[in-house]
Amino acid sequence: MNQTLLPKTRLDDFIRFLSARQKVIAPVSLGNNQYKFDEVSSLDEISLHYIPTILPPKKYYMPQHETLLKYDVSKGQEMEAVVEVEELVLFGVHTCDLAGIQCLNMVFSDRPKDLHYLIRKNYLTLIGLECNDYCDSYANCAMLRNHLPKGGHDLFFTELADCYYVHVNTHRGDELVEKSGLFDEMNTQAEGELAELRTRKKERFKSEVAIRYQDIPRLFDETFESPVWEDVGNRCLACGNCTNVCPTCYCFDVMDEPDLDLTKGRRIRVWDSCQHEVFAKVAGGESFREERKDRKRHRFNRKFKYPVDRYRRIFCTGCGRCSRTCMAKIDLKETINALMEERE
Amino acid sequence: METVTINHTGYHIKRGKIRGITPLTAMEKMFEIELPGGDALDHDPGQFVEVSLFGVGEAPISICSSPTRRDNFELTVRAAGRLTEALHQLQVGDEVGIRGPFGVGFPIVPLEGNDILLIAGGLGIAPLRSLINFVIDNRRDFGKVDILLGCRDPQSMLFCEELAYWEERIDINFCCSVDRAAPDWAGNIGVITSLIPGVTLDPLKTFSVVCGPPVMYRFVVDELLQKGIPEKQIYLSLERHMKCGLGKCGHCQIHDVYCCQDGPVFSYDVVKQIKGAI
Ligand SMILES: Cc1cc2nc3c(=O)[nH]c(=O)nc-3n(C[C@H](O)[C@H](O)[C@H](O)COP(=O)(O)OP(=O)(O)OC[C@H]3O[C@@H](n4cnc5c(N)ncnc54)[C@H](O)[C@@H]3O)c2cc1C
Ligand code: FES
Repeated sequence: MNQTLLPKTRLDDFIRFLSARQKVIAPVSLGNNQYKFDEVSSLDEISLHYIPTILPPKKYYMPQHETLLKYDVSKGQEMEAVVEVEELVLFGVHTCDLAGIQCLNMVFSDRPKDLHYLIRKNYLTLIGLECNDYCDSYANCAMLRNHLPKGGHDLFFTELADCYYVHVNTHRGDELVEKSGLFDEMNTQAEGELAELRTRKKERFKSEVAIRYQDIPRLFDETFESPVWEDVGNRCLACGNCTNVCPTCYCFDVMDEPDLDLTKGRRIRVWDSCQHEVFAKVAGGESFREERKDRKRHRFNRKFKYPVDRYRRIFCTGCGRCSRTCMAKIDLKETINALMEERE
Repeated sequence: METVTINHTGYHIKRGKIRGITPLTAMEKMFEIELPGGDALDHDPGQFVEVSLFGVGEAPISICSSPTRRDNFELTVRAAGRLTEALHQLQVGDEVGIRGPFGVGFPIVPLEGNDILLIAGGLGIAPLRSLINFVIDNRRDFGKVDILLGCRDPQSMLFCEELAYWEERIDINFCCSVDRAAPDWAGNIGVITSLIPGVTLDPLKTFSVVCGPPVMYRFVVDELLQKGIPEKQIYLSLERHMKCGLGKCGHCQIHDVYCCQDGPVFSYDVVKQIKGAI
């Protein structure tokens, strides 16, 4: 891996360089301390100091509405499988969201592979941006060790006093550095500043819940029947906001979208939510996970337990979006704390 | 946004041609389907396919024919909603989309050489018919064969001619019961569980396969355990809402298990570990 430096004064040039080549997506402010990933063409549109965007960057990997097949029934069940792609650079992605993308990559490359996802993902370039401090009190990234970069990016930026410390992680990232001609050589002062920052972060970012990473799955195993789920279920409105904003929720529905002439159309995939009651209903009317507490528990287990068995990884990134967005104020850290108290 | 064509995806459908339609009851029809080029589906009994009609949607349907009967395959469809009702409107010669086969079917290898007790409730006879005909076509490879069937009433009984044939065969013990019937009904009346105590079996040498509506499993499994059949030798087929069949969409998930890929058939010692599965 190579390191290089980008003086702050040249960041705008870099963004303009990128956007002359392809679309650039970055965090932009919506006011009221709310942000979203959107298209930009210069630095002044970007919010470099932002708290997690309303929707995570998964929307570019797994669009809310995506065509899988195009069909034509005028001569029988004719179809063509397609992937909708677009070359994009995602700039300013925090480490929690990089971790989220790594989780999705595992799911969709696990057999049977999902080529719609895998093909699209290679059209995307990822440029990460380090959080030098906590975004807000909802975050629990340190508990999941996602407050530090752990790969999954082409370039990774860390803000220092006058410049950005840039890790070049891939050939694709290196090409951008080379072609832009904007980057300077690494120097010892920057090395020192980065080391200092990381030491400061170590002090600042402490596991937000008093539990070790490796003990988390067992906690969920042991509290499956806990009354905490009853309480959480009673408050849950089953709105599905938590699954929409989650960087690692990928449940979907498949449906057809006919054109007006009804002979042609598209088979599409759209985001779905395990928090809705109909999600697991079968013919005959039987509904598994009928109660909200069952569905809420299912979602927590799908973050902290089941993926550990299947993918050896916890699927919560610590971004805090579910707690931030919940209308019923169901808080992830509070829930885990309650489960831990319960177990004692 | 650019659109790239790909020729290999899990959502690709094969164009199946309907070669025969047999009405079974007021609610169910059986479809015989031919794949392009007369290709075999290459399935195991107990597996399912996703059947689709563009513009309407897709649904998981069990394959009800045995892979030993080559060429075409058969599906029994109950009109239960949008897609299944649209299938009922189709004619011989029409096309349907087919994906699959999917999932893990009934275990054939452990059944061979052993006695088998097959129990179906309602529409559960459709997937089980695939196994029954497989066993019949390889009859000498299996020990004693008992089939128990439970239906709501005589009118909802599927595959009546085949049932009569199974009943006739000297190498199969077939027994059926209905929950309710008119006074002229000569057969058994009562829930399926009432048939189990009457079966003579050597529990350690018997494998049981159960297929039916979710409510049936608890009671049937209790009876089988009472008979002394080990948990590992009882197999159940679990029905869950399914969309992708590929272990991704999450609809069929029970805890960490994906019914579409890890099942739908599971042995009871596994099902027992999955809290709330039955
Ligand atoms: C492994 C498996 C094997 C099956 N085998 C057969 C079979 O051999 N014959 C047969 O007639 N039926 C079978 N079914 C049930 C069949 O899939 C549903 O009846 C069908 O999906 C309903 O689709 P629809 O569009 O007609 O109904 P809809 O209009 O979509 O809905 C009607 C009802 O069916 C439920 N439902 C919808 N989609 C599904 C789904 N994908 N899976 C389960 N329930 C659903 C809905 O919640 C609703 O209660 C099987 C289901 C599974 C999971
Ligand atoms: S049907 Fe989609 S995960 Fe099983």
